Amino acid sequence: MLTLKCPYCGILCDETELAAGGEAHVKRAGPGSSDEAFEAYLFDRENPMGVHFERWRHAHGCGKWFLAARDTVTMEVFGTYKAQTTEPPEEIVAAIRARRPEWEGRA
Amino acid sequence: MRRYSAFAIAREALRHHTGWERAWRSPEPKKHYKVIVIGAGGHGLATAYYLGKNHGIRDIAVLDKGWLGGGNTGRNTTIIRSNYLQDPSAAIYEKSRSLYETFSQDLNFNAMFSPRGVLMLAQTQHEKRGYLRTAHANALQGVDTEWVGPERVKEIVPIINIDGPRYPVLGGLWQARAGTARHDAIAWGYARACSGMGMDIIQQCAVTGVRSEGGTVTGVSTTKGDIACDKLAIVVAGHSGQLAEVAGFRLPIESAPLQALVSEPIKPCIDCVVMANTVHGYMSQSDKGELVIGGGTDSYNGYTQRGSFNHIEDTVRALVETFPIISRLKMLRQWGGIVDMTGDRSPILSKTPLGNCFINCGWGTGGFKAIPGSGWAMADLVAKGEPGPLAADFGLDRFREGRFIDESVAAGVAH
Repeated sequence: MLTLKCPYCGILCDETELAAGGEAHVKRAGPGSSDEAFEAYLFDRENPMGVHFERWRHAHGCGKWFLAARDTVTMEVFGTYKAQTTEPPEEIVAAIRARRPEWEGRA
Repeated sequence: MRRYSAFAIAREALRHHTGWERAWRSPEPKKHYKVIVIGAGGHGLATAYYLGKNHGIRDIAVLDKGWLGGGNTGRNTTIIRSNYLQDPSAAIYEKSRSLYETFSQDLNFNAMFSPRGVLMLAQTQHEKRGYLRTAHANALQGVDTEWVGPERVKEIVPIINIDGPRYPVLGGLWQARAGTARHDAIAWGYARACSGMGMDIIQQCAVTGVRSEGGTVTGVSTTKGDIACDKLAIVVAGHSGQLAEVAGFRLPIESAPLQALVSEPIKPCIDCVVMANTVHGYMSQSDKGELVIGGGTDSYNGYTQRGSFNHIEDTVRALVETFPIISRLKMLRQWGGIVDMTGDRSPILSKTPLGNCFINCGWGTGGFKAIPGSGWAMADLVAKGEPGPLAADFGLDRFREGRFIDESVAAGVAH
């Protein structure tokens, strides 16, 4: 079973304690954006085989949203971090690069 | 291609089965094909088959990175039904179901199609109203389904517990002409027919690049070298995102594992398919006697082909509640397949931003039942360059235009 550490509570949570919220760091297309940009914001997803940044909610705990970096093939978790950021923090990126030297960064 | 028949069995019995030929050839790729289909699963092979049969295009290669039928075609729970709410879905799934009825005769390959009936249980008032609505919609669409009350449910499935502790059975949506088929036989049947028409099925050949010139596809790079083509069809289900990336566009798709499991074989106890979407599990019995059980999709992206452990417990708990007699059964095998989910839970059969490149994906948790209809519609799209009536509503542009074919409510989770 997938376990993630809630960065607010500081405890390890089973996935049954959590609610998945899809891809993280999706940038909202603002007013005045093109139809294509808004469509991409709403629907198009990276869906990678490998490193994936995603949103999670500690639903049966503190109830707060947090973010995680995880490998979708091996299920390895590189780290979790608080949601108040638009980019993955440096230590998460470093943790990924340490384990996946060939990783090309976020598309 | 030598025909299979009772006479052929007798002939081979007399000569110690030395005369059976291989069901399909395994050739080396040529330099150029008129059409390349990526993905030798059910949908890809069906696309190639109907290109040959309906449109006379036989200069086709079907490429697969693994072995044919080794993905979701060999991993599903073999359910075939067409009781969908929305008109475009009902049309393509009903076409598919009707093609399954004649599959064995058309392809001279025993698909073991068994129209044993599919019963979708209503276990909440909301679900009951939903299925009543679907039954009415199906009547207008010409799809043969009916609403049945709890007594009739008990008649159809004697082992069911209609007074369940959490969710008593309030009735069900019954499609008597729905059923199951042998999943491998569908891939093998199409592969044999395609090979018989002179098409090349090339396994262990992964596509690593899509080549184009001036926005139009010219060929693919593979682990067996470059192959040129006039038209390209991408039909790779769970791995559509990777292929789209290679071809240079993104898809409104996320991939996740969907699980299934089978029990130890027991004597016949259930002669139809029962789907319990509220408690979340579905079950039928294979000809070997194993109970074939389908469960939930992981709620997060994944490519593990095994799925999350807690879903097994959820699924089995739901089914034990619904069928108390199975509570002592041991489970033999469990596996997962990678399903490609779209936002509206409906498939994509579409042109792409790349000229002469077409994509067929997004069947999510319900791809097996759609194989013949999907291939039929995709062949139409590839041959003519424009979608026919079956595929017209399933284009990628529906997301921008907000023309969703919303089956997530109608079909629920198990689908």
